[in-house]
Amino acid sequence: MFGKFLKKSKNRNPDKPLTRNIVDGRAYATLSDYQSTGGYEGLRTAITTMDSLGVQQVVKDSELRGRGGAGFPTGLKWSFVPMGEKAPETKYFVVNADEMEPGTFKDRVLMEKDPHQLIEGMVIGSYAIRATAAYIFLRGEYHLSAERLSQAIAEAYQQGFLGKNILGSDFSLDLYLHSSAGRYICGEETALLNALEGKRAIPRAKPPFPQISGLWGKPTIVNNVETVCNLPHIFFYGVEWYAGLGRGKDQGTKLFGASGRVKNPNVWELPMGTPIREILEEHAGGMQDGYQLKGFLPGGASTDFMLPEHLDVLMDFDAIAEHGSRMGTGTMIILDDKTCPVKMVLNLEQFFSRESCGWCTPCRDGLPWVVTILEDLIAGKGQASDLELLEHQTKMMGPGNTFCALAPGAMEPLQSALKYFRGDFEKYLERPVVKEAE
Amino acid sequence: MPKIEIDGTIHEVEDGQNVLQACLSTGLDLPYFCWHPAMGSVGACRQCMVTQYSSPEDTKGRLVVGCMTPVSEGLRISLNDSEAVEFRADIIELLMTNHPHDCPVCEEGGQCHLQDMTVMSGHTSRKYRGKKRTHRNQYLGPFIGHEMNRCIACYRCVRYYQDYAGGQDLGVFGAHNHVYFGRSEDGVLENEFSGNLVEVCPTGVFTDKPNGKNYSRKWDLQTAPSICAHCSLGCNTTPGERYGELRSVVNRYHGEINRYFLCDRGRFGYGFVNAESRIKTASIDHQEVVGEGNAVEHFRGLVQIQETVIGIGSPRASVESNYALRELVGEDQFYSGWTEAENTLMETALRVVRETDAANPTLAEIERADAVLILGEDLTNTAPIMALAVRQAVRNASFDAAESVGIYQWQDAAVRELAQDLLSPLFIVSTGSTRLDDVATGVYRASPDEIARLGFAVAHRLDSSAPGVGDLAAAASDTVKEIAEALANAKRPLVISGTGCMTAAVLEAASNIARALASAGKALSVVVPDCNSMGLAMMGGHGLEDAKKVVEFGVANTVVVIENDLYRNAPRELVDDLLGKAKNVVVIDHSSHATTEKAGLVLPATSFAESEGTYINNEGRAQRFFSVMQPSEEMRNTWQWLADAGAGDWSGSDDIIASCGNGLLGFKGVEEAAPTAEFRISGMKVPRQSHRYSGRTAMRANLAVSEPQQPIDRDSPLSFSMEGAAREAPPSLMSTSWAPAWNSNHAIIKFQQEVGGSLQGGDPGKRLFQPSSEANWYDGIPASSEPVDRRWLVVPNHQIFGSEPLSCGSPAVAERIDAFSVTLNGDDLARLQIESGDMLELSIEGNTTIAEARQDDGVPSGIAAVGCGVPGSEGIAWLKQAEIRKRG
Amino acid sequence: MRDQDMRVDSQLSEAEIAEVLEEASHYPEKSGASIEGLKVVQKYRGWVSNESLKQVADLLDMSVEELDGVATFYNLIYRQPVGRKVILCCDSVSCWMLGSDNIKQKISDRLGIEYGGTTSDGEYTLLPIVCLGACDHAPVLMVGDELHHNVDEAQLDQILNTRAS
Ligand SMILES: Cc1cc2nc3c(=O)[nH]c(=O)nc-3n(C[C@H](O)[C@H](O)[C@H](O)COP(=O)(O)O)c2cc1C
Ligand code: SF4
Ligand code: FES
Repeated sequence: MFGKFLKKSKNRNPDKPLTRNIVDGRAYATLSDYQSTGGYEGLRTAITTMDSLGVQQVVKDSELRGRGGAGFPTGLKWSFVPMGEKAPETKYFVVNADEMEPGTFKDRVLMEKDPHQLIEGMVIGSYAIRATAAYIFLRGEYHLSAERLSQAIAEAYQQGFLGKNILGSDFSLDLYLHSSAGRYICGEETALLNALEGKRAIPRAKPPFPQISGLWGKPTIVNNVETVCNLPHIFFYGVEWYAGLGRGKDQGTKLFGASGRVKNPNVWELPMGTPIREILEEHAGGMQDGYQLKGFLPGGASTDFMLPEHLDVLMDFDAIAEHGSRMGTGTMIILDDKTCPVKMVLNLEQFFSRESCGWCTPCRDGLPWVVTILEDLIAGKGQASDLELLEHQTKMMGPGNTFCALAPGAMEPLQSALKYFRGDFEKYLERPVVKEAE
Repeated sequence: MPKIEIDGTIHEVEDGQNVLQACLSTGLDLPYFCWHPAMGSVGACRQCMVTQYSSPEDTKGRLVVGCMTPVSEGLRISLNDSEAVEFRADIIELLMTNHPHDCPVCEEGGQCHLQDMTVMSGHTSRKYRGKKRTHRNQYLGPFIGHEMNRCIACYRCVRYYQDYAGGQDLGVFGAHNHVYFGRSEDGVLENEFSGNLVEVCPTGVFTDKPNGKNYSRKWDLQTAPSICAHCSLGCNTTPGERYGELRSVVNRYHGEINRYFLCDRGRFGYGFVNAESRIKTASIDHQEVVGEGNAVEHFRGLVQIQETVIGIGSPRASVESNYALRELVGEDQFYSGWTEAENTLMETALRVVRETDAANPTLAEIERADAVLILGEDLTNTAPIMALAVRQAVRNASFDAAESVGIYQWQDAAVRELAQDLLSPLFIVSTGSTRLDDVATGVYRASPDEIARLGFAVAHRLDSSAPGVGDLAAAASDTVKEIAEALANAKRPLVISGTGCMTAAVLEAASNIARALASAGKALSVVVPDCNSMGLAMMGGHGLEDAKKVVEFGVANTVVVIENDLYRNAPRELVDDLLGKAKNVVVIDHSSHATTEKAGLVLPATSFAESEGTYINNEGRAQRFFSVMQPSEEMRNTWQWLADAGAGDWSGSDDIIASCGNGLLGFKGVEEAAPTAEFRISGMKVPRQSHRYSGRTAMRANLAVSEPQQPIDRDSPLSFSMEGAAREAPPSLMSTSWAPAWNSNHAIIKFQQEVGGSLQGGDPGKRLFQPSSEANWYDGIPASSEPVDRRWLVVPNHQIFGSEPLSCGSPAVAERIDAFSVTLNGDDLARLQIESGDMLELSIEGNTTIAEARQDDGVPSGIAAVGCGVPGSEGIAWLKQAEIRKRG
Repeated sequence: MRDQDMRVDSQLSEAEIAEVLEEASHYPEKSGASIEGLKVVQKYRGWVSNESLKQVADLLDMSVEELDGVATFYNLIYRQPVGRKVILCCDSVSCWMLGSDNIKQKISDRLGIEYGGTTSDGEYTLLPIVCLGACDHAPVLMVGDELHHNVDEAQLDQILNTRAS
């Protein structure tokens, strides 16, 4: 799966900490594989030499930013959890492994190939906030991940990395795997909490933030799989090493990927701030023969389109934002010149519309309308005012106007497509009855 | 009180409110759907969007959700900012993409919150060209109709039904724009407060089914302010009439009593007014009498010699009617209609409310209690809306917890999430399971005497000078300790008791507890059976056993019974003897029943819907109800029949109620419950018909082409007309709320002092009880009773549908009445080899009755909970030992 | 919301109950295991009938409405009978770009069913699914628990030929 470049990473390779145990010809890293490269040593350092606030401080110092899409500083997020004597006794640490954003396929790799890395990270995170229980919220279709994680959890209990008095400390933790049943909204962190409580996965209003009142009303941290997988290494190799990994403003490495009509669709661990061009041309091998790059979504379905002219932008949270999009999950979806951007947007909006939880009006009723308009347009039944209407809807469903970020995310590819590929939309209007040109 | 700036004007608003509440309280119009004043905010519909400016310099601002944004000093917002205006119109447009355009045939039309908000938001032309999604409707029972296509997914129904009312069998299914609100499968909605869905739903998804069968629009209904006649709490209602039929009863806002909600008995119990069983004409010896004068003449003849006439009153008749009867026959010849035992019970209830040193709380105050003990009452079945209030009271602990982490009370989902199962203490001591058990901290089941003993013991534990219970079982003493501590630790502890288990000692024990509590915020609420039980108890009156004696001894030969079927509660032989031995039996009532069968003279009375009158509720509040419609010519108000027979020379309603207030001890002020008939606003009466009332001239077009003059109402400040001053009516005369732009019942916002608070001009009614602390410790502690082998103590099992006689006459309610049943503990049933659903024989002192067996493991062993008041239960002797066997 | 339980043994087996309760033990409130409980039933029976749903609700101290509200929210809880194998055809963006429509059409042609349909022999049910997280191998299918990468017609033949007799 990891192509040639991974072959080099047979040995411990601090340049690519997250994937160093992913070795060609090996199904996945067993516990002993994992430990042979320093696995659970980061945890040992954290738990035996630091108190919880100390662990939080290290993560703050590392400037680790969440890999779930929003890039929120992880240490800062943790610092909102009440600590000390007056804090509630029960707290939770939850890993968001619901990976369902179209075009995203990074967390699965980490879970299938190196399950212990996630578990170690979770114990560190849980220790940092003094969580009493931890959950992995896994999307239901990830059967292999479920299998590998279950086994790894059992092993971790056996080895004393989970359960009572972990590594002889006063810290105890139970960790459970929760396997869901398919709904994109479950990935939204507050909807995830409702889902984990066995309720309909409707997002919750913030405030209160989960750090104050989360799972079953208790302080809770939700972090993405990849975010958590960084933790063991930060503690094993130290903050300075970690800071040295990034090429741009952000620290560490990141799993980047590309899908669509590139020669070598795949996922790679690369330094934060790797230029997009490098990812596309060197790692993904460029476009397939006969296809040209027309644009791309830099980090999953809910990010704005970028154009070939943006190829030299660095894959960095802020750098991408400066160019009107978001790094999101860092897995790019490539639009080629033979794919109709309008149809691609329709496909995306159909997804979002179907996955709307149905709680707030703009999203529940707005997305299906967007889909209807796009369908009409493509079927040659469009009206001149439709593009304006679509534009209006992208604003109406913009950030802050809906209950959660699903609909605003859905609007990102649409609004940027309207901006960059307007001609493609207008073409459908010019020819009232368009023949299906597949 | 923070000052906030709304569109350039500074307003002082209530601290801790959200922007939507603040705007509405200020009198501004801001549309909303998912928010409800009783249920708080969840921010789902996004309809209440406003623009918020971050600083005085900020000119652009950003959109924020009104109902989710707390007010704070210096907050600057705009409702009129074009972005906000446009967004709100967009939301309506989105809701309309799927909403059918069936307003002309929709029952909500004209009182539809969605219509109001649509107009308010200015969405007029449709851009959506797609298809609408459609749904299948469900059968939800006799009360509620279902039209899912009209749903705008505001989620209010589920939030109301599950979170507010504690119901389980209505939910939300599916996702995205396929969300569906209903039951898992077709079936009767079980919750006792399901009818409120009709008012909670902002569109026409949940509709009033009985009304729908014969429908009229809100504006076409003739209405008047009324008081629910189906329990002692006195919820304010608005009945509506069209074509001489009562068509619906809806909630009438009262800030201290029912506020936004009614129970299903109150909402759907009115059907008896239209029923075939109505007495339409006078009859003598079952022969119709033509001409009202002849009937009066006959009546007058029968009651000429006062000493030979006894009058039997009714807890369901108005103060006026009972008073007129008492005047007709004289105090000594006045009987309450209750048996001795009931009389004692009611006297105790009255004494306990009047004389206990604790506040006599309103329902609004009950909701604020932070620890509740219910002693011997199954509230959901005896005083339903109080049960709903208690269900809210237990949430006070969660509000405190939320506040401690900065979550406002109105952040509904957040409060529930944070608090989880955290509830304020609620203890229920009862003879069987109750519908509030799910939110109770502790439940304790016992026989009525044991309940009283437990209560006395709690009082003693709270204050050792209260008499103690020497031989209390060990198990009970832990309970006593737990309850006493919870009440002692509370700031606003509340004891609720009542006549439900027919045992005066239970009430006395409750009084002792309330008295023993030290907290200044303590309260005692007492529940009694009927809409005017308190009023009747205040009038005194002897027991039926005495009535029987005076008739038997020949002292009296004429019995006048008003609005009371004596067979329903009293033992059959007693009533047979009483009525059988009297020479003349006169019954004045609106509906026929077993007692009217025995009457020589039957006089047709008006029901609550056709008459003015006063009821006194359980808190001692006198409340006036007004006739909604004209009675037929033959019918008269009970008190008028009595007046004509010589009871008094009252010129009208005001006169008789004033005379009662002046003449009877304890009734002083009763006439202040509502303005007199002379009351005018700018010289005008308050109309019963809306400005939009239609078809008045056409209504009788099949009979005559000219419109008859509207009936003149000399008895009230209301008119049977469209003309008058509706908008300025004081709360006690206001039957429906309309305000510019607000046609739904949410118009009430414009009449409240602040959203969800008291009505402008004060909530209606006059409380007659002054707090006093006369009571000494009660010490009539019942002896510990040993269960008798193979005998069961017969205790009443109250049923919301069935125990109250008037509502049983409503076809919709009748569908919900459970069979007459005897409920036993599972072990007892097993011992008797009876299964739930089997028929059994219940023998009490030689009288055998057949009933269906039911199982409730909450009923203690040795107790038989017997359907009370339910058809089939007539004449059961309560609190006696019974034998039970399977029907052979 | 439908009642088409074709099974005679409508009672949950001891094994099912034990598994549901085991899941429930992972949460402070049993209802946390609502989805996993339904999935246990689905593992044994293929789908969740009204009868099974009621029993799971009982086991988890939930009302039927509550649990059904959860069940119907999710994509992968089947409230109607499905075939022995469910074919989930990814129709999200990357697979769509690489021809998932075509794959779907091929399946429909071969099995004679559309999305939501079940073959008359009860072997297959065809459903669309959102991105399966294998976009680098688009188009992908999931048949039962098994993921199939870079699906082409030849592969499709193989996949569908494993049909039990
Ligand atoms: C609709 C929606 C879906 C999301 N799905 C995921 C997801 O599948 N995985 C994930 O880690 N974060 C997802 N997120 C982001 C989470 O809400 C949250 O920000 C993230 O889990 C936080 O983790 P981090 O701080 O480690 O990035 C989603 C957000 C939205 C609005
Ligand atoms: S934007 Fe609204 S409807 Fe859409 S997923 Fe979020 S909460 Fe649900
Ligand atoms: S009323 Fe404010 S969002 Fe619905």
